[in-house]
Amino acid sequence: MEHVPVQKTDGPRPGGPLIAPLARAPAPSSGPPIIRTHGLAKTYPNGQAVFAGIELDIRANQRVALIGSNGAGKSTLLKCLIGLLPSTGGEIATLGERFTAMPGPAQMKRLRRQIGFVFQNHGLVGRQSVLTNVVQGKLGLPGSWRAWHQGIAPRAWREEAMQVLAEVRLADKAGARADQLSGGQAQRVAIARALIRRPRLLIADEPAASLDPAVGRDIMRIFSDLAGEHGITLVYTTHDMQHALDYSDRIVALKGGKVHFDRPTARVSRREMDGVFHG
Amino acid sequence: MASTTSTASLPSRLPPISPLSFTLIVAVGALFLASMGQVAPSPEKLAAGAPRMAELVGRMLPPNSDPAFLQRMGWRILETLQIALVGTVFGVIASLPMGWLAARGISPLGALRHLPRALISLFRTVPDLVWALLFVSTLGLGAVAGTMTIVVDTIGFCGRFFAEAMEEADKKPQEALHAIGANRVTVLCGAVLPDVMPTLINSSLFALEKAVRSSVVLGLVGAGGIGQELKVAFDLFQYRNASAIILAIFVIVLAMEFLTDRLRARFQ
Repeated sequence: MEHVPVQKTDGPRPGGPLIAPLARAPAPSSGPPIIRTHGLAKTYPNGQAVFAGIELDIRANQRVALIGSNGAGKSTLLKCLIGLLPSTGGEIATLGERFTAMPGPAQMKRLRRQIGFVFQNHGLVGRQSVLTNVVQGKLGLPGSWRAWHQGIAPRAWREEAMQVLAEVRLADKAGARADQLSGGQAQRVAIARALIRRPRLLIADEPAASLDPAVGRDIMRIFSDLAGEHGITLVYTTHDMQHALDYSDRIVALKGGKVHFDRPTARVSRREMDGVFHG
Repeated sequence: MASTTSTASLPSRLPPISPLSFTLIVAVGALFLASMGQVAPSPEKLAAGAPRMAELVGRMLPPNSDPAFLQRMGWRILETLQIALVGTVFGVIASLPMGWLAARGISPLGALRHLPRALISLFRTVPDLVWALLFVSTLGLGAVAGTMTIVVDTIGFCGRFFAEAMEEADKKPQEALHAIGANRVTVLCGAVLPDVMPTLINSSLFALEKAVRSSVVLGLVGAGGIGQELKVAFDLFQYRNASAIILAIFVIVLAMEFLTDRLRARFQ
């Protein structure tokens, strides 16, 4: 039985279940554990079960695609893994923080400092410049109150923001307003905003869903390349089979509230992928 | 062609009205008719007042253009604009935290946000002349009472609009910043205020326009500005002075409307 190393924890919550050691889930790769779950379940307050009995073991530097049809619970699972939504059963250990339901405030703070987020609809502040949006990626880090606008941010952060903008090939747009960008450009800025945090884990919820196919592939390639270059573990949801096959090391398929399969991408056939969405 | 038989009945020409709505409409109509008999001017009364109005207008013309009077009026106009400007700026600055505290979904006060909301409502619903009377009683006659009146009036006006604008701000950037651990103040400064800035500027310009109109009449109760000069003119039957002041007020308000319209168009 392998135990997740507990670096820091707020301890069990009053009245909550005692955390048992996490059971070993399928581990297709070695490396330090980034996310582990045991018996993870989520039921909405109206009694509707989203998923149950989820066992995951995501290791450092993996690129993991969470796939499933609409309503399969991909986004909900993603949010539960990082404590943005409370789970209703099982245990989670993300970046060494073990919790049931939701992380404690101190755990949440530590988690957020190590995670970068990219949302489907980028979540940029439209009336702010691209540079300000990227610098805002520093918010939530220690001493980050100066990150709400690039005009008052330290020079080092502004330079760092320009550097990550160059990595997503948008340095020339630093002064442009975010609402003047195309969908693909906006998503690249969102990636830069996540990268400036120097995260250990990058979480992306349908990052290419609202983009046309060519731009979507470009975004996925940038994601994949930068995660590899920076040694960041990438976990993203998608309902695009080709994106999952082309830009992941491992595919976790959700169907009927369960893990339908969880294995290295090289061992997943197109027919199996079809089975996730049809039949 | 085969004929078809529809089972659906033809809808009535007018929307259905409930007995309660019908009763309310009749009651309001009856109240209006009863009130009109007591407070609406009768044609005879209007006809009797017309010659007196003509006589008053005759005594007002031509407006006084004496340089000494115009100079005194100029200083009073300047004071009026100062009351409006300073009162609006302080009012807008105070409205930002008030609006934030009162905004649903953004306020750090949770359910207690109803307290700042109630205070804003109080500032808005009590008429500015009543606030002016209160400030004249507490701070004494003059422009300071007028400025305080405009501050309170502006908070009542802008506080509400600022709160509503913040409630309607795009939630996605706020969620993105909250997700990475940004606190409420940085989310306000980094995502909410930039998003609602055009609305804030528009509301502030409306507040300035409103403040100029208000500050003109505040002098009637001793709170400084050109209104004080107008009251003196009427009290002392100096109707040519009064007409010059009314003309000046017309020009100021018109100029302010023109200026704020241009600025609003620029910030759209």
